[in-house]
Amino acid sequence: MSLKIIVLAKQVPDTRNVGKDAMKADGTVNRAALPAIFNPEDLNALEQALQLKENNPGSTIHLLTMGPGRAAEIIREGLYRGADGGVLLTDRAFAGADTLATSYALACAIRKMGAYDVIICGRQAIDGDTAQVGPQVAEKLGIPQITYAEEVQTVKGGKLRVKRRLESGVEVVEGKMPLLLTVNGSADDCRPRNAKRVMKYKYAKTITEKQNANVDYTDMFDSRPYLNLVEWGVADVNADLVQVGLSGSPTKVKKIENVVFQAKENLVLSSSDLDIDHLMFELIENHTIG
Amino acid sequence: MNNLFVYCEIEDGIVSDVSLELLTKGRSLANQLKCKLEALVVGSNLDGIESQIIPYGADTVFVADDARLYPFSTLPHSSVMINLFKEQQPQVCLLGATSIGRDLGPRVSSALHSGLTADCTALEIGDHEEKKEGKVYKNLLYQIRPAFGGNIVAWIVNPDCRPQMATVREGVMKKELYKPNHKGEVVKLDVSKYVSKTDFVIDIIERHIEKSKVNLKASPIIVAGGYGVGSKENFKLLDDLAATIGGEVGASRAAVDAGYSDHERQIGQTGVTVRPKLYIACGISGQIQHIAGMQESAIIISINNDEQAPINQIADYVINGTVEDVIPKMIKYYKKNSK
Repeated sequence: MSLKIIVLAKQVPDTRNVGKDAMKADGTVNRAALPAIFNPEDLNALEQALQLKENNPGSTIHLLTMGPGRAAEIIREGLYRGADGGVLLTDRAFAGADTLATSYALACAIRKMGAYDVIICGRQAIDGDTAQVGPQVAEKLGIPQITYAEEVQTVKGGKLRVKRRLESGVEVVEGKMPLLLTVNGSADDCRPRNAKRVMKYKYAKTITEKQNANVDYTDMFDSRPYLNLVEWGVADVNADLVQVGLSGSPTKVKKIENVVFQAKENLVLSSSDLDIDHLMFELIENHTIG
Repeated sequence: MNNLFVYCEIEDGIVSDVSLELLTKGRSLANQLKCKLEALVVGSNLDGIESQIIPYGADTVFVADDARLYPFSTLPHSSVMINLFKEQQPQVCLLGATSIGRDLGPRVSSALHSGLTADCTALEIGDHEEKKEGKVYKNLLYQIRPAFGGNIVAWIVNPDCRPQMATVREGVMKKELYKPNHKGEVVKLDVSKYVSKTDFVIDIIERHIEKSKVNLKASPIIVAGGYGVGSKENFKLLDDLAATIGGEVGASRAAVDAGYSDHERQIGQTGVTVRPKLYIACGISGQIQHIAGMQESAIIISINNDEQAPINQIADYVINGTVEDVIPKMIKYYKKNSK
């Protein structure tokens, strides 16, 4: 059977490669110093979607991402790797959303996108590590969730059979679609971009991107409609303003602290034989080791 | 009503450590809040399960016992929790940040529209002022966690929505018996009133659960490596040192992400929290999310060729040098001089 697949993906600051200039003097995060990337586990999710599409001819994949205008990059990246289309959900009113307000907005957009069989997303995003948005979207849509998915093993009779990777082992579960999967980082890595698809989609743009460009793309987009990326705001997805963004977020940040360690008085040693021998002598003498 | 709940995880009839740790923490928070500590256990064959829970300070144990409720499955467990919470209106709910708690917590928080904070490293009670509205909230749960890849620490509150929900990793809180003869009440729930047939739509086909072979929490000596170790080959030096002096090998998240070590060895906010008597940090810079998982070690040695590495500030000994240079010397001395 052919499947309608939606992949949820997030553009995140690359917190894994935080340089020394990532923090400003006042202790706030210098976002400009961090490159924006496709959340790693969302790439694992995209790969699972692409494999499902290959094994189930006629299937389609649409990405959904929420973020500022530049997050359109996520949709293009998905198109380069094999997705069929995507939606950028962007609106100032979404700013400051916690996981619950985020999942509400995503659920509104998914309803607007129409019928689906599977929603696939990464287990968690590296800027928050909460792993909450997937299950919360599933709850808002009233569909079951299968978290920590590592491999979709079979698609039969409207059911997905999925291997889950848990902290203490593995589990194989089966559920009837529609359902939502969150994919673990231990799943297959995403395939690279396809050169032909990059050529085809590199000018794909949202309406805002077209407006902000210095070039008039009207003719190009008229002759190649697939280059139009869908951009939706709060009103487009019939979202309730009270439930999105900061006002829709039950959790509030009371304060942010820069990290200050309580410095201990320490002994600084060199790597000379003498220093190491002294240290080891002391550790053995006071029974810390041995 | 308005009490503090801990969701207790069960595997093979045993309440998991993380749940007992949360009961201990929950007990002290409940004392501050002057409310009851209540536990929720969902599973099958749970007769007598309260004997593992009440000594940790629970005043009430709600038991949902039904053959269909074990092993864990999201929908039935969340239905029990959601429906019970609608009746009981708890003010706080704590769950382990495990593959169960992180699956169940968000589902329940979404259904109840209550805030949930993941992977807290500290929980405190305090007041909160919303300056814009000029409103003061008494006795909220401060949910404290490193954020943004561990570069900052965020204090989160849920002023208006209940319950205030938080997950905590295993080992972050300390497990302590409250009173061996503490008195608690057992409330058996009529499961059919809490779950519906439509909750059983995911079938578990196979299940292989093994206890992890790595027991970082119990090891008195930990040799941990970070991204600065440089390669998987260099990590073998850490294995050698640990084997020589009788310790376990741990790793920072950066080392795990780089493929130098396995996830089960990860120490820090999103890994394991450890309190060994000796912690040897090799090529670890010391992001807060790592420090959060090892700062209570009795003695910390940092081997690093970056003198400015943040971890040096909390180390008792700082060795300016590379792992390749220093570790073989440590092994050599130990082999020559230990009895």
